[in-house]
Amino acid sequence: MRSSISIVLGKEIVDNFRDRRTLFSALVFGPLFGPLLFATLITIMLNQAIERLDESLELPVIGAERAPNLIKFLAQHDIDATAGPESSEQARLWVAEGREDLVLVIPEGYAEEISEGNPGRLILVMDQSNNRAGRTVSRVRSVLRGYADKLATLRAAARGIHPFVFRPLTLDTDDVSTPSGRSVLILGMMTYFLLFAMLMGGLYLAIDTTAGERERNSLEPLLTLPVSRGELLFGKLGATVFYMLVSLALTLTAFAIAIQFVPLERLGMTASLSPVVIVQGFLILAPFALLGAALMTVVASFTKSYKEAQSYLTVVLLVPTLPIIFASLFQVKTSLTLMWVPSLSQHLLITNLIQAEPVQMGYWAVSTVSTLVLGALASMLAVWLYRRERILG
Amino acid sequence: MIQVDGLVKRFAAVTALDGVSFTADDGRITGLLGPNGAGKSTCLRVLYTVLKPDQGTAYIGGHDIGNAPLSVRREIGVLPHSAGLYPHLTSRENIAYYGQLHGLEPEPLQRRINELTHLLELQDIIDRRSKGFSQGQRTKVALARALVHAPRHLLLDEPSNGLDVMATRSLRMLLGRLRDEGHCIIFSSHIMGEVASLCDDLVIIAAGRVAVQGTPAELTAQASGSDLEELFIDAVTAVTL
Repeated sequence: MRSSISIVLGKEIVDNFRDRRTLFSALVFGPLFGPLLFATLITIMLNQAIERLDESLELPVIGAERAPNLIKFLAQHDIDATAGPESSEQARLWVAEGREDLVLVIPEGYAEEISEGNPGRLILVMDQSNNRAGRTVSRVRSVLRGYADKLATLRAAARGIHPFVFRPLTLDTDDVSTPSGRSVLILGMMTYFLLFAMLMGGLYLAIDTTAGERERNSLEPLLTLPVSRGELLFGKLGATVFYMLVSLALTLTAFAIAIQFVPLERLGMTASLSPVVIVQGFLILAPFALLGAALMTVVASFTKSYKEAQSYLTVVLLVPTLPIIFASLFQVKTSLTLMWVPSLSQHLLITNLIQAEPVQMGYWAVSTVSTLVLGALASMLAVWLYRRERILG
Repeated sequence: MIQVDGLVKRFAAVTALDGVSFTADDGRITGLLGPNGAGKSTCLRVLYTVLKPDQGTAYIGGHDIGNAPLSVRREIGVLPHSAGLYPHLTSRENIAYYGQLHGLEPEPLQRRINELTHLLELQDIIDRRSKGFSQGQRTKVALARALVHAPRHLLLDEPSNGLDVMATRSLRMLLGRLRDEGHCIIFSSHIMGEVASLCDDLVIIAAGRVAVQGTPAELTAQASGSDLEELFIDAVTAVTL
């Protein structure tokens, strides 16, 4: 004879497989939405971060003919002067509208001032609030500063003064951050999308266990069967975990496909998620399914209707972000102590995995055990709540 | 046999059952009659073990509802007040789910479902998903579900709710047959005529207490000349005042 738990489990899997809502959230929404959004955002961020550094830049200039040496100097530094707007008023308008990131204006008296040894006046028309232009502006600025230094050196030399008089300090910066270290925030997003997709996969089943059965009036006859409430709940919890794991597997696969279109290698990260990495990722994240399923079931058992459960559970979907935000803010590094914290431990392990750093078995074991123990405790709480008379509403 | 012994059930300040006692014998249909809110449903819910009594107990087939609820549940078939089905499952699957949880093996289970399909005239809906069923269709499937394990005792909370004349009639005939086979049947209703024509014993409940009990004939004799409805109203007013 089949055990009651497996009968309930089987029925819930079939029942929910026929429910378009469950199917959509478990098999389509999470697995597609996360990876797509991730790939798009990352590509945009990476392009902004990298592209502008080494490619040559076109700079609209008004009055280029007044400063041929400056234009030559800019060209040596990969900044090509192009014909700018007709007037500085128009330049202001173009920049304000975002048609150009910035415009260099060389006013009429510039050449005279330079030849007389006075400060030559240049105007950079820019928009401080335009984030996209920030890098371009600072790049043009630093090249202009370089030109000013060159002029100063020449002028000093012409007057017989040693150029070092104007340079009391030499400041070199040594940036030790690695490209992959800079991407912690990006990776945090990825773990969250994975956890989110997993929770979404079980959301409707968790609601159905209590609020759904109650709303359909099927809970009361179910409780008159010779099956303990613990068996009923574990069967339902099992089905919830099943859908969450299916959702996780699909999402990981979708990520592996999506990530091929993201220029991650430019950050020095592994550009592909190999099947081995996917399986490892699955093993790291899978223990969270029980905890997530039990938590959602507990929260749903307090609610009176499907709608109410849905709105409370959106809050539960945000819970796993908290440790991840904490990790990103304080830049925490993987340590054994943190492996006791569910969601954070999974996040740190996944981050290691994707950065192609070795994942320590001991860390993985602690993360798995602590997450499963908490999951078991939450399941027991769910059973206890299911035994109360008030579960009938 | 179902023996109910001094059941008391309170919800916060409300006393829903205030010492209810009666006996329902095998091979008889016992009607639980009373106005809305009298405590009929609460009484049945305590009997089918989803609520625990604050005082008193009941024995179903010799099992105590208080300390052997699982044995009690094996003995009973239940049709709650509003019995919901799983809309994504067919009628057959809905019935089979309960049969499996009662421990029936696949083959006897399918045989039993075919039997019930015939008995309750479910032929045209047995393999349809129950989404969009009418109230009557739902009740029939829920009744089949309650009968799937051929329980000795049947607890039905207003089973004729939402059934049309034809369906009510076949329900009555079915209950009559089950009685003749020796089942112990309790069913609640607030419709005097239905209870009088079908029941062997009557228990009239008002304000959580048993107002009057007996066979329809005994009660009519007590009513001295007037009909059962008169007696019902008298009994209920006496208790409520």
